[in-house]
Amino acid sequence: MIRFEKVSKVFRGSSGTVKALDDVSLWIPEGSIYGVIGSSGAGKSTLIRCANLLERPTAGRVVVDGRDLVQLSPADLRNARRDIGMIFQYFNLLANSTVYENIALPLKLAGEKAARIEETIAPLLELVGLEDKRDSYPSQLSGGQKQRVAIARALASQPKVLLCDEATSALDPKTTVSILNLLRDINRKLGLTILLITHEMEVVKSICDQVAILSDGQVVEHNDVESFFLNPQTDLAREFVRAAVHEKPIEDLPAGIQKEQTEGSHPVLHITFLGNSTVQPLITQAARQFNLDFSIIQADMETVHGKTMGFLTVEVVGDELNAKSAQAFLRKHDLQVEVAGYVC
Amino acid sequence: MSAESWVLIWESLLETIYMVAVSGAISALVGIPLGVLVHITRPDQILARPVLHRVLGVVVNAARSVPFIILMVAIIPLTRLLAGTSIGTTAAIVPLSIASIPFVARIAEGALNEVPGGLIEAAEAMGATPFQIITRVLLPEALPGLIHGMTLTLVTLVSYSAMAGAIGGGGLGDLGIRYGYQRFDPVIMLATVVVLVVVVQLIQSAGEKLQARCEHK
Ligand SMILES: Nc1ncnc2c1ncn2[C@@H]1O[C@H](COP(=O)(O)OP(=O)(O)O)[C@@H](O)[C@H]1O
Ligand SMILES: [Mg+2]
Repeated sequence: MIRFEKVSKVFRGSSGTVKALDDVSLWIPEGSIYGVIGSSGAGKSTLIRCANLLERPTAGRVVVDGRDLVQLSPADLRNARRDIGMIFQYFNLLANSTVYENIALPLKLAGEKAARIEETIAPLLELVGLEDKRDSYPSQLSGGQKQRVAIARALASQPKVLLCDEATSALDPKTTVSILNLLRDINRKLGLTILLITHEMEVVKSICDQVAILSDGQVVEHNDVESFFLNPQTDLAREFVRAAVHEKPIEDLPAGIQKEQTEGSHPVLHITFLGNSTVQPLITQAARQFNLDFSIIQADMETVHGKTMGFLTVEVVGDELNAKSAQAFLRKHDLQVEVAGYVC
Repeated sequence: MSAESWVLIWESLLETIYMVAVSGAISALVGIPLGVLVHITRPDQILARPVLHRVLGVVVNAARSVPFIILMVAIIPLTRLLAGTSIGTTAAIVPLSIASIPFVARIAEGALNEVPGGLIEAAEAMGATPFQIITRVLLPEALPGLIHGMTLTLVTLVSYSAMAGAIGGGGLGDLGIRYGYQRFDPVIMLATVVVLVVVVQLIQSAGEKLQARCEHK
């Protein structure tokens, strides 16, 4: 539905040039929720703003619903933008207009008649749960309600794509969950393709189907969300996953952990797995079969993309070769096993 | 005070209202679009034209720095051309308008600058044309600021109109000077001042009410 093809964006300023996007290629399938994650300054906002040409790429193509936006005339681009809704971190509502007038704005811009506008807005107010706020002004609403108005406004022109630029970053955790649920609902009910950018893994974990990591303007890794959490390929991805599952970095664990194996040290393993029923018996079996002691340093269960995932850090005490065989055994049973370090 | 004096004050008041209302309307009709133009040509705005922006800024500032009394005299030929005469209330409208247009433009620009850039972007993302952005986003969002600016302008016009009166423009200022100063009639002078104070108060409170009604921040 959205295809970034070798998109680059260079900003030229008084303080030199910044390459905000560096040859980014991504494909966002129709009907999916696609998350782009990255640290601040990674180029996320620039990327999502290229998806409706609020930012014009220096090079590359941006194809949305079969149209290369870069090639369009100003008038055609405005038409194409009506099929691309967008919501923002700070909502961007008209302060002096009511909820109703705000939602009506894209329809008025498109020259719709008042009766038609009324027809469109009533169900939207219901969808976002704001029927009773129709004549309120944004200043009378909470952050979550404002974002709901912005969502209704973005949906008013019945777009095929919704772009979300850090849409929950200004909201508290509880409100974030309710907005994410709303986005999930919309995605399912309307079949809307959602591209969102965020620096919060929580967002990726709970609603995204696919994810890409951006770093210094480059896509470092992209995958479906399950595989991404189970088996991150790059250090940066691992770092994001660890933070998301509340796993302490290895350096912060009780003293004595080192990167290198030394005489008499034993390994500390990160074990990641899908589902929770089979793990306990597998570890018990490995301990018995290879005559080892597994002691759990930390353990966490998380729901990722609607599935339960477990994240364990264990110290394996016993014979070195047996410990290696135990790892192979666990891997054979579909657990992700990675040596985090060694303790004495 | 004699009935005759009351009639004089009443007629002068009507003249003042006429001058202030007409020049106020002209300054809004020309000054607000000019302010919009100055705003949207800013380098970071929807019709970025840095050179034009700078030129307009210089012109507006230059016009604003000419003292009204000098402007009034300096543009007498233009006044004659437009109004057919250089004295009287209608003639006074020319310098009053010319003095207040840059004032309104600057105030309008300031009010428009307060509109958050995110709103403009949201409208662009919806496929708004530049003209729609001005009429549907910029002006409605800046409306309270524009009303505040027009209130200031009208108050300033009341005092400028008194100055215009002094060189034969009519109105309350003219009356105050002719009777109060030249004929030394302190009663009329005082009455004129009281009426002017009341007019300014009325404009101010009407403006504030209107502004509060449109402001929902
Ligand atoms: N309009 C701009 N002018 C100059 N530099 C910019 C502009 N927008 C973004 N940048 C730079 O591009 C880089 C990426 O920015 P951004 O896309 O906002 O990152 P993110 O959203 O991931 O925090 C940053 O280094 C930022 O300073
Ligand atoms: Mg950003």
